[in-house]
Amino acid sequence: MLSIKELSTQVNARFGRLLEQSIIACDELTIVVAPQHLHEVCLALRNESEFDFKLLIDVCGIDYLQYGISEWETNAATATGFERGVEVGALEEASYKGPRFASVYHLLSLTHNHRIRIRVFLNETELKVPSVVDIWPAANWFEREAFDLFGIFYLGHPDLRRILTDYGFIGHPFRKDFPLIGNLEVRYDAALQRVVYEPVSISPRILEPKVIRRDNRYQVGE
Amino acid sequence: MAALPEIRNYTFNFGPQHPAAHGVLRLIIEVDGETVVSADPHIGLLHRATEKLAESKPYIHSIGYMDRLDYVSMMCNEHGYVLAIEKLLGIQPPVRAQYIRVMFDEITRILNHLLWLGAHALDIGAMTVFLYAFREREDLVDCYEAVSGTRMHATYYRPGGVYRDLPEKMPQYKVSKWHDAKQVAAMNENRQGSLLDFIWDFTERFPKRVDEYEALLTDNRIWKQRTVGIGVIAPEQAIAMGLTGPMLRGSGVEWDLRKKQPYEVYDQLDFSIPVGVTGDCYDRYLVRIEEMRQSNQLIRQCVTWLKQNPGPVMTDNHKVAPPTRVHMKEDMEALIHHFKLMSEGFCLPEGEAYAAIEHPKGEFGVYLVSDGANKPYRLKIRAAGFSHLAALETLIKGHMISDVVAVLSSLDIVFGEIDR
Repeated sequence: MLSIKELSTQVNARFGRLLEQSIIACDELTIVVAPQHLHEVCLALRNESEFDFKLLIDVCGIDYLQYGISEWETNAATATGFERGVEVGALEEASYKGPRFASVYHLLSLTHNHRIRIRVFLNETELKVPSVVDIWPAANWFEREAFDLFGIFYLGHPDLRRILTDYGFIGHPFRKDFPLIGNLEVRYDAALQRVVYEPVSISPRILEPKVIRRDNRYQVGE
Repeated sequence: MAALPEIRNYTFNFGPQHPAAHGVLRLIIEVDGETVVSADPHIGLLHRATEKLAESKPYIHSIGYMDRLDYVSMMCNEHGYVLAIEKLLGIQPPVRAQYIRVMFDEITRILNHLLWLGAHALDIGAMTVFLYAFREREDLVDCYEAVSGTRMHATYYRPGGVYRDLPEKMPQYKVSKWHDAKQVAAMNENRQGSLLDFIWDFTERFPKRVDEYEALLTDNRIWKQRTVGIGVIAPEQAIAMGLTGPMLRGSGVEWDLRKKQPYEVYDQLDFSIPVGVTGDCYDRYLVRIEEMRQSNQLIRQCVTWLKQNPGPVMTDNHKVAPPTRVHMKEDMEALIHHFKLMSEGFCLPEGEAYAAIEHPKGEFGVYLVSDGANKPYRLKIRAAGFSHLAALETLIKGHMISDVVAVLSSLDIVFGEIDR
């Protein structure tokens, strides 16, 4: 079994300029690839014997819209104290300036016993990425899920339907601007004798605000 | 010559409310006579957006949601989640906590396989096994209850260890209008000592019980007719379809994360990995039966170790784990830690981590993205059942309608984890 550093060296040597970034963190290797190179890189990672990533573990989407945004300001709080609650949407400005979406692939090699993570950043205006179903049939449902929840289009997918949400669902629920409580609720209407859809009757609440500690006392594990 | 009648394929619904659908699966099956031409599973009827809910809560609040993913192997789901948090935090639980986790993972594996065995046999038409399987499950859910207070949704694993040490006294039955004193004394016979004594007693009995299940099924002619050669998947195809766990091992691929990428103390324990040969329903059955025996061995090794080695079961890093009640009342620092943990939780360093465990059903992975906050930025749960169900069409194409049920239940699917 190769160490993660050796694997990283191998991957960097093989793909070189095709990689935008190659990161080792938590003993895991992440490579960042542009959408147009994804298919080529994936094919090589599966077919070439020194990588042999035959098993696709997972494909998922990420929406970076609110990355690094906290609901409670901690820097000034030592002087002023915290406010009691937070309003939904009362967010400070994001420090994250990268593309909004990403599609993330986790691969596993059974022969070499190593893992790799591939990330493809996608702009909101160009939310398309080549499908890897022809490389790993296992990608089929995972890509359908990411399409359903984030609205990422996987070009060349044979059957890109919604998978988890309701028939006729509108929107992509795991995007950060989609409300946690949803838009529609259903109930059984006794008069009409069927299930009816109505706008949600509850209002969103935040019980524990999201806090990002810059204070070094709270940096654990460093 | 009379014109032949035109025979068209027939499409019908299987589920979402069907006793053999293992939850809420809507399967749209197209048949040509009795032969399945295509099968399109419609999932998502149990979708609760667990991953999105977790984004709005401090890390520790979501452990309870993990129990409700695969609701027949509760603690294993928790394990994957707390491992991902621990990986990102860079902390290690105490050794005793690791042994407790391994012991309960294996108890959970038996729980899962027993339910699977009972349901699988019931689907194929053998009622008895189901009742026997639940007899043993009862003892194991009692172990869950003894450590966590609940029989199913335990919330027992925490980042940095487990919630509390194993109880010194096993809870006992009380006299009620259904059971008189004599009956209760008999029921409490193996509950006189600690939880570990009770588990030890269980492991003494359990191999014989597995023999009983095998006596009912393994050489049973009907059982073999229904499972041998049904739903065969070749190893290369199984890998391409993303199958893991017993589904992959049933096809003869020796892959088990407990051996290959050991977590906790699995590398110090002695056990072997059963593999199948043909990759049909029968081999997957044999693999799971043998896994129960191996789990029993693992539990015995853990019990022996735990009896000899007392110690802490939770990390003393109070940025992550709350201090003790007594400590909290005497020490200002401890009080602050307690208040901080209970009000806003703990923050994880910015970054991402993927932690995987050998769940009873296959590889259960948790991919955690943190932006430095007290809540996960993105949590992705990689459930084994999701890939297994996606492979269903490949497995049953060309089989008879009656085999759909046999193949479906040999996948060991639970909708809590597939729909999340």
